[in-house]
Amino acid sequence: MEELINKLKAEIIEVLNLEDISPGDIDAESPLFGEGGLGLDSIDALELIVLLEKNYEIKIENPQDGKTIFFSIKSMAEYITEHQAA
Amino acid sequence: MNNRLYISGHCRIKDNRVELNGEPVFTQKDSNFSEFIKALYRDQQFQYSKFFKMDNLSKLGFAASEILLRSIHINVKGSEVGVVLANANSSLDTDVRYQESIKDKTNYFPSPSVFVYTLPNIVIGEICIKHKFTGENALLISETFEADQLFDHTMSLFKDGKVGSCLIGWVDYYLDDYDAALFFITRDNDKKTNFESEKIKSIYQNWS
Repeated sequence: MEELINKLKAEIIEVLNLEDISPGDIDAESPLFGEGGLGLDSIDALELIVLLEKNYEIKIENPQDGKTIFFSIKSMAEYITEHQAA
Repeated sequence: MNNRLYISGHCRIKDNRVELNGEPVFTQKDSNFSEFIKALYRDQQFQYSKFFKMDNLSKLGFAASEILLRSIHINVKGSEVGVVLANANSSLDTDVRYQESIKDKTNYFPSPSVFVYTLPNIVIGEICIKHKFTGENALLISETFEADQLFDHTMSLFKDGKVGSCLIGWVDYYLDDYDAALFFITRDNDKKTNFESEKIKSIYQNWS
């Protein structure tokens, strides 16, 4: 899980052009959106959906699940692990 | 009310050089646009992380507007500040990049963050969001810098009472070839440079 979390951090920094942030700056359990986290916006959310499809071949079938899946890096890693094992 | 209009300041970014009111601000030789604009961001301490998410056209316009607007005291409300920009290549640089990302149907992953910049007036939006400008705006397309066109459009906004100040100019980017020339037009005559078509034309052409 730790390896996947670190990989996700690097991928997110690259795909979202988070120029001033390094993987070490990101707390895996902090919220990705809103205050107190990375402060991502709705376009970033769409990029994360594309990232899951492109890099992990996981398609989110129910848009309502997005809030839970993309709550944090850790929740994303858990979702990927769960769906790749399935 | 003073009905005369003045150029409060102007900024130019071209050939890896930045000038504010004709004075050098920043230069970085032998680098491509990406390296140059990043170095300018650091040097001028923009501290606006969204900058790195912008496309090249928006980065160029945003950087020129930051440098220019920092030097100016705007004494009208944001709702009275207009933005009128022009360019030759519209958003073609990003359009091409987006097309590249979708042309292979077997590897089809359109990027939402690239797609949102496939309109030329997004650069205006980025400037307006940063400075809370909500006045009239327009993006005009012409093959070359046309001072008369910019002048006429800007004058009509002032005459109709649509704006109290206006950021105007040229912001063009395509394949690492770029040019930004912005002017801030106001009723304040501190600088005593009259807003005239010939004046903005001569400022634009006076670049060596």
